[in-house]
Amino acid sequence: MPKTLFDHVWDAHIVRPETPDTPAVLYIDLHLIHEVTSPQAFTELRQRGLRVRRPDRTLATMDHSTPTTPRNALGIIPVIDPQAIAQLDQLRKNCADFGIPLFELGSANQGIVHVIGPEQGLTQPGMTIVCGDSHTSTHGAFGALAFGIGTSEVGHVLASQCLLQSRPKTCAVRIEGQLHPGVTAKDIILALIAKYGVGGGTGHVFEYMGEAMRALSMEERMTICNMSIEGGARAGMVAPDETTFAYIAGRPYAPKGADFDAAVARWRTLPSDPEAVFDKEMFLDATSLAPMITYGTNPGMGIPIDAPVPTPEQMPDAGSRQELDAALSYMKLEPGKPLLGHPIDVVFIGSCTNSRINDLRQVAHHLRGRKVADGIRVMVVPGSQQVKRQAEEEGLDTIFKAAGAEWREAGCSACLGMNADQVPPGKYAVSTSNRNFVGRQGPGARTLLASPLTAVASALTGVVTDPRTLLDQE
Amino acid sequence: MEPITTFAGKAVALPIDNVDTDQVIPAKYLKVTDKSGLAEGLFTVWRYLPDGTPNPDFALNRPEAAGATVLVAGRNFGCGSSREHAPWALAGYGFKAIISPYFADIFRGNALKIGLLPVTVDEETYHELLSHIEEDPETSVTIDLAAQQVILPGGRAVSFPIDNFARHCLLNGIDQLGFLMQQDEDICSYEAASPITLNTHL
Repeated sequence: MPKTLFDHVWDAHIVRPETPDTPAVLYIDLHLIHEVTSPQAFTELRQRGLRVRRPDRTLATMDHSTPTTPRNALGIIPVIDPQAIAQLDQLRKNCADFGIPLFELGSANQGIVHVIGPEQGLTQPGMTIVCGDSHTSTHGAFGALAFGIGTSEVGHVLASQCLLQSRPKTCAVRIEGQLHPGVTAKDIILALIAKYGVGGGTGHVFEYMGEAMRALSMEERMTICNMSIEGGARAGMVAPDETTFAYIAGRPYAPKGADFDAAVARWRTLPSDPEAVFDKEMFLDATSLAPMITYGTNPGMGIPIDAPVPTPEQMPDAGSRQELDAALSYMKLEPGKPLLGHPIDVVFIGSCTNSRINDLRQVAHHLRGRKVADGIRVMVVPGSQQVKRQAEEEGLDTIFKAAGAEWREAGCSACLGMNADQVPPGKYAVSTSNRNFVGRQGPGARTLLASPLTAVASALTGVVTDPRTLLDQE
Repeated sequence: MEPITTFAGKAVALPIDNVDTDQVIPAKYLKVTDKSGLAEGLFTVWRYLPDGTPNPDFALNRPEAAGATVLVAGRNFGCGSSREHAPWALAGYGFKAIISPYFADIFRGNALKIGLLPVTVDEETYHELLSHIEEDPETSVTIDLAAQQVILPGGRAVSFPIDNFARHCLLNGIDQLGFLMQQDEDICSYEAASPITLNTHL
């Protein structure tokens, strides 16, 4: 029977098959952990007297509750919040006690968990990868089966390197055609979620395919897979190809020499068989897409940037009208009015969705020799220390600072409102992150999700701006 | 974990679709290393007014909702973040079951792990439950896990799906880790045959 990419990876990781009475025991190749969702799992291990089965398949970083404030005179990133200090100390102790390697705050490799995995070459095709973080779907860009888990499951993987899982359904997401200038990977995923809704992928694993996907870089594929969870899919995958292999080659944890060649030969067998059947299909025409922006309080509430905010009359049922009313009331936006030209207060460029070097290069390209609009706070937060170093080697930091933007340390930052980087109540932020939920970027914060290109265009004007105007100026 | 068999409880309605886990509990409450204080953060944006006092209009704050153990929630409940703090907060507050037309995948799995029962019902049953609660805020529903049924106030029994293994664990008050730890032999065989050579200790 022909198999999908998902089937290939799933079937290769079955330790014990699913039975009518028990789920499958699925082996996990790589377990990434961070300070927020792991402490209670280690407590469980200690209470039961269990060890970590494979510390050599586990890696920890610090990213969520960490500050991104510049280093002090001693080169240290100062942590002030006592709760964050305790959480980071607990992770240090857990890693030391159980022999797990840790990318310490501010050290050379530290960064957002979904940025460091790929950049270190830890993330490889055909692997199963989990983390106590829903954006683990990011790693699916490499043809890995990667998904977020809760803390109980973090404990399961620490103790057994396995998870109990029922087989999810598969969904082919075909993205055909070619993107127009000014339209990016972020706009693809925002358009997909706007079309199929935040629950559209529930119970399914996405496989993104089609002409537009093939043309994307690894970083762009990661941006798309990252937000699979925003479409309800626990995982999103892209078949590995030459772009994938070239990205992985030479990275620290990637196989070397003959081992790399053998791995590539194995990875070439992963793509879906031509006759493979999916449980469901979705479709998007990349050629017809405009830059996207969200107006509401879930990532499915997105529109082409030049479209008006939807009206209740456009909604299909009473439930969605009520949802729209509540969202627009929180966002203080008027139905039927354009978002273009709406004043903003903050621009956040960062997060596991859009904080990689390509994102920063794109932003810097348009900030070079210019100034951000008066009164606008622009935060540029690299996804990792390695991205930060690379950006500084290329002089991007100088461009950001000269333009009046903040150049910060690596971390999740203003994406999730659990460190000092927050959007003040009632203020509007154009953010390159992944969630616009009520209070996500801080109590009362009003988030407009968009691409880095739209973010920089809006940073320069101080109002929501179509990024295609930047291209017209070139 | 306490075994769950049959229980009856007062139901409270939160008929909002796509309630994300940031609404269930915002990230600022996630800076703990244990499970303490999470119930205080439950639905904090809705439960409290900006001055910190309880919002009298929020369903959970109404006097008749006191002691409710069943939450009837809108579609796609628990979407977004994988934080298990969300089911911890709900269970800590006193909820034993959430009834919804459908749940987000990660939330559903997390809830089952800690004995907070995610009960998926059809649209008709969902609306019937909402009507019952609107007419009578003291409405109680019975959930029979062994029979996989919700018994509505009028006596109508509605089946709900739950995988056999999760049901077995909940009925017997055992967690899933014990079962996994018994698979050691198969796990060792699997590891010996795996072609993947990754080592995080570079």
